Amino acid sequence: MKRVAVSDYTLVSALGVGRAPTLAALREGRSGLARRQFETAALDTWIGEAEGVDAIRLPAALAEFECRNNRLAQMGLDADGFAQRVAQARARYGAHRVGVFLGTSTSGILQTELAYRRRDPGTGALPADFHYAQTHNTYSVADYVRRALALQGPAFVVSTACSSGAKVFGNAARMMALGLIDAAVVGGIDTLCLTTLYGFNSLELLSSEICRPYDTNRNGLSVGEAAAFALLERDAETPQAWLLGVGETSDGHHMSSPHPEGAGAAEAMRAALAQAGIEAGDVDYINLHGTATPNNDSAEDMAVSAVFGPATPCSSTKGATGHTLGAAGGVEAAVAMLALQHGFMPGGLNRLAPDAALHCNYIDTSRAAPVKFVASNSFGFGGSNACLVFGAAA
Amino acid sequence: MSNEPMTVYVRGMGLVGPGLTNWIDAAAVLREPSLWINQPSVVPAPMILPPAERRRAGAIVKLSLAVAEQACAASGADPHTLATVFSASSGEPANCHAMCEVLASADRLVSPTRFTNSVHNAGAGYWHIAQHARAPSTSLCGFDASLGAGLLEAAVQCVSAQRPVLLVASDVPYLEPLHAVRPMPDAFGLALVLDSAPPAGAVARLRVGIAEPGAALTRCDHAGLEALRGVIPAARSLPLLQALARGVSAALVMAYLDSLSLTVQVDFAPQ
Repeated sequence: MKRVAVSDYTLVSALGVGRAPTLAALREGRSGLARRQFETAALDTWIGEAEGVDAIRLPAALAEFECRNNRLAQMGLDADGFAQRVAQARARYGAHRVGVFLGTSTSGILQTELAYRRRDPGTGALPADFHYAQTHNTYSVADYVRRALALQGPAFVVSTACSSGAKVFGNAARMMALGLIDAAVVGGIDTLCLTTLYGFNSLELLSSEICRPYDTNRNGLSVGEAAAFALLERDAETPQAWLLGVGETSDGHHMSSPHPEGAGAAEAMRAALAQAGIEAGDVDYINLHGTATPNNDSAEDMAVSAVFGPATPCSSTKGATGHTLGAAGGVEAAVAMLALQHGFMPGGLNRLAPDAALHCNYIDTSRAAPVKFVASNSFGFGGSNACLVFGAAA
Repeated sequence: MSNEPMTVYVRGMGLVGPGLTNWIDAAAVLREPSLWINQPSVVPAPMILPPAERRRAGAIVKLSLAVAEQACAASGADPHTLATVFSASSGEPANCHAMCEVLASADRLVSPTRFTNSVHNAGAGYWHIAQHARAPSTSLCGFDASLGAGLLEAAVQCVSAQRPVLLVASDVPYLEPLHAVRPMPDAFGLALVLDSAPPAGAVARLRVGIAEPGAALTRCDHAGLEALRGVIPAARSLPLLQALARGVSAALVMAYLDSLSLTVQVDFAPQ
């Protein structure tokens, strides 16, 4: 594919607000995960909560969008001057020429969970202050962001579970290549809610310890939340990085378990490399999906080993951020770009006992190193696989 | 930069809606809508799913698979290698209600099957499992704009990758109490197999683009169908489906987002 400029990007997660605290935490190997409860959840688990979300107030004109998911989205728009940079693109191309494609898995479902506790005891009706379209509906976060940024181009949410925030980069790149748009805001937003905490717990995929990707005793994920945004443009004089390839495949295997050998995942990585026009050996660092569930890490390891061999340094940053679900692809795209810009590879945290059955070159501590190309994996329920390849701006 | 429409070819259609049983039977009604009888949508059981998955599948998965099967059968395309775009204005409604109810209860005993089925890409997941298909797939939501989002993305993927793409757009109403805050009268689903090159037996050529701001939307020429178009997101396809059924060229403006509509030029006997 024709390379796409990443003009700007930002993120908010348990590691902090914006690129600088995220970079510092990744370099220093600090995790944002903590053993604590979210809302009224009563589960023995670690979570990656973004600080200060509920202190945010949305603009008065968009008050019906008030919910944790849109508040976190607004925090992301405010971080690193991202909204101002988008305003420049809007002025340059026109509001109709800038798209909005965002990934989320649960959108503002927390708002509905809370509303179901306040149903009318007689009629069962939801409270009058519940706004379905603006909070619950899967599209609501893209609707909010499009309005908050005064954009009028094509928009939708991609909701393919935990690959959502990666796949949107492909939607934007394709529309730019066909001349439908000149720029796009892409990314992923997902917030903590009872649906995912109790849901992953019901599948026995939620760890009671801090998540330990690629550890021999890994026993599940830690749920996190995040908003990550990137501004993509057809071209830019001083981009932060280049999006070079997007690979997307399906497993066609099982709704909640990956293909045991990661066959679909490997195809996604090969497709991304082919689009980028580089060889597997050109990739300096791989940001793994690495959820710390037994099945994900073993299937992904087989896929990575099959495509890249055993030498390429790789790690999962979910030990630092938690698994931010539909936002994860966007968060890890931001991590990839930090690695490219600052010449480092983030270590994978919390691994106590390396799993001898896994063969890829997993790095535990962050290291300084020249990084020209990064691949980032994101996989989701329903057998949805995505791999992004980014290149350094220089 | 110019805004050239994208050219794609329709190879097969699938349809289930109120008074619209399947594409073959519905085509006569779409040609002559005075024949339309407003009867509840009937969604058949998806026989392509193994029995265990068939039991677990909810209404939106069943509807999506039913229309996808119709379109694939009509198209002659190999579903094993077909890329897919699924678009829906919501996830599985009954499943969502059951999850929210149990999370509001004291025990919060969420069913693992319900949680798995709560993902927006459940329909795509079940389809690709049934077809053993590793082809790319995406699942979109645009609230009322979901059909437009799906049609735009399916055309983009078809032209970008120069490969056939299956578009499935389906909507199923919620139960109460969510129905009161998101009313929808019935289920409606459609599927189109699109191709980038004119295959033998193509039904029609579509040129899909972005309309000039303020372009007037094309309405259905029948009050009952026009009413459906206004209240079910996937039924916004009815003017296109009528044109395909009639085999008469049409220049359509289809609703997408409030500030953005799509132009769809429909032509037949493509060269």
